[in-house]
Amino acid sequence: MNTIEFTILIWVGSLAAGFLGSLTGLGGGVVIIPLLTLVFGVDIRYAIGASLVSVIATSSGAAAAYVKEGYSNIRIGMFLEIATTFGALVGAFIAAIIPTTAIAVIFGIVLIYSAYLSSRPRREPLGNDDPDPIATRLKMDGSYPTPQGSQSYHVHGIPAGFSLMFIAGTLSGLLGIGSGAVKVLAMDQFMRIPFKVSTTTSNFMIGVTAAASAGVYLNRGYIDPGLAMPVMLGVLLGSLLGTHVLVSAKTQLLRIIFSIVIVVLAIEMIYNGLTGRL
Amino acid sequence: MSQTRSPYTDEQMEKIIGNLLRIGVIIAAAMVFIGGVLYLIHYGTISPDYRVFRGEPSDLRRLSGIVTDTFSLRSRGIIQLGLLLLIATPVARVVFSVFGFALQRDYTYVIVTLIVLGVLIYSLAGGHL
Repeated sequence: MNTIEFTILIWVGSLAAGFLGSLTGLGGGVVIIPLLTLVFGVDIRYAIGASLVSVIATSSGAAAAYVKEGYSNIRIGMFLEIATTFGALVGAFIAAIIPTTAIAVIFGIVLIYSAYLSSRPRREPLGNDDPDPIATRLKMDGSYPTPQGSQSYHVHGIPAGFSLMFIAGTLSGLLGIGSGAVKVLAMDQFMRIPFKVSTTTSNFMIGVTAAASAGVYLNRGYIDPGLAMPVMLGVLLGSLLGTHVLVSAKTQLLRIIFSIVIVVLAIEMIYNGLTGRL
Repeated sequence: MSQTRSPYTDEQMEKIIGNLLRIGVIIAAAMVFIGGVLYLIHYGTISPDYRVFRGEPSDLRRLSGIVTDTFSLRSRGIIQLGLLLLIATPVARVVFSVFGFALQRDYTYVIVTLIVLGVLIYSLAGGHL
């Protein structure tokens, strides 16, 4: 296979990964890394570098569309980014120390857990009426537009949310993924932020978090232009297509198919990691 | 936000930032694409090898080297500059937020945002612990 054929195949694969990733809310990164390593035999370090770049592209590319809807809460996002960016740095440093086989195994486990998290039905958080003193002091409470007018909300559980965000950041830096599923979990379950706000705020945080580890990876020589080029262009286009379809299409069946694919990929990552092939 | 504390509300700030990010991504993608076409013209027929990790050459790891490569019209340098621009879009978002919060005289968040910016700059500058 020459470079032209390789590039086209990677581009098509990344397009599909970006499309499915945005359709299911898992993000493109979770499919890109198994695709590159298992199917194309790419070293996992190059795969992580390329994936991180595509994560930033997706986040920044979608931001404009999300902002228009007026859901995201910049204060919540910025405050939690302290946790995610420090975590991302820690993750990037751990990645340099531990063997790549261990990274593959951790990736597989996180992949299964993320698929599980995003397959559960999301229930709108309850008991959202009483203000929390820390959130009040940090001016995190806000409102978002609904068909019935502006709906206000209070934010809770900031210490727990902050801690979980540190873990999300570490995973993002270690594995080169956006860890959107963990971010949304922290905001839904622990901070009791309404979905629309947590989803869009998470998207905004993913880009900043990924940029924190991308700097380290660039300096370490993990980001290869020849590989990152088709991945970035493919995932970006795929995820933009995905966000447009998201509104109208019936995605239930796709979600189930995608979850099965994810679990198979995850098991294969773990197996290859344990047998020392990645 | 119901009360308007300054000429800049959170929503206005977000709108400007959102458009900034979009423009950044479009320029970055265009650069990566142009670099990519040149790359394929140059290296299209040789077979790629990513099985063994060697790490990028030092010129593709630092801003100065990437800029030098771009000006000598090296395809890999052009792609890398596009990727660097892409990595810079969220950083620009954080920088812009510092000013936004300063205009709102919200100094708590100016500090919060500066901490995040500090981590990002540390990372981009090479990141040594």
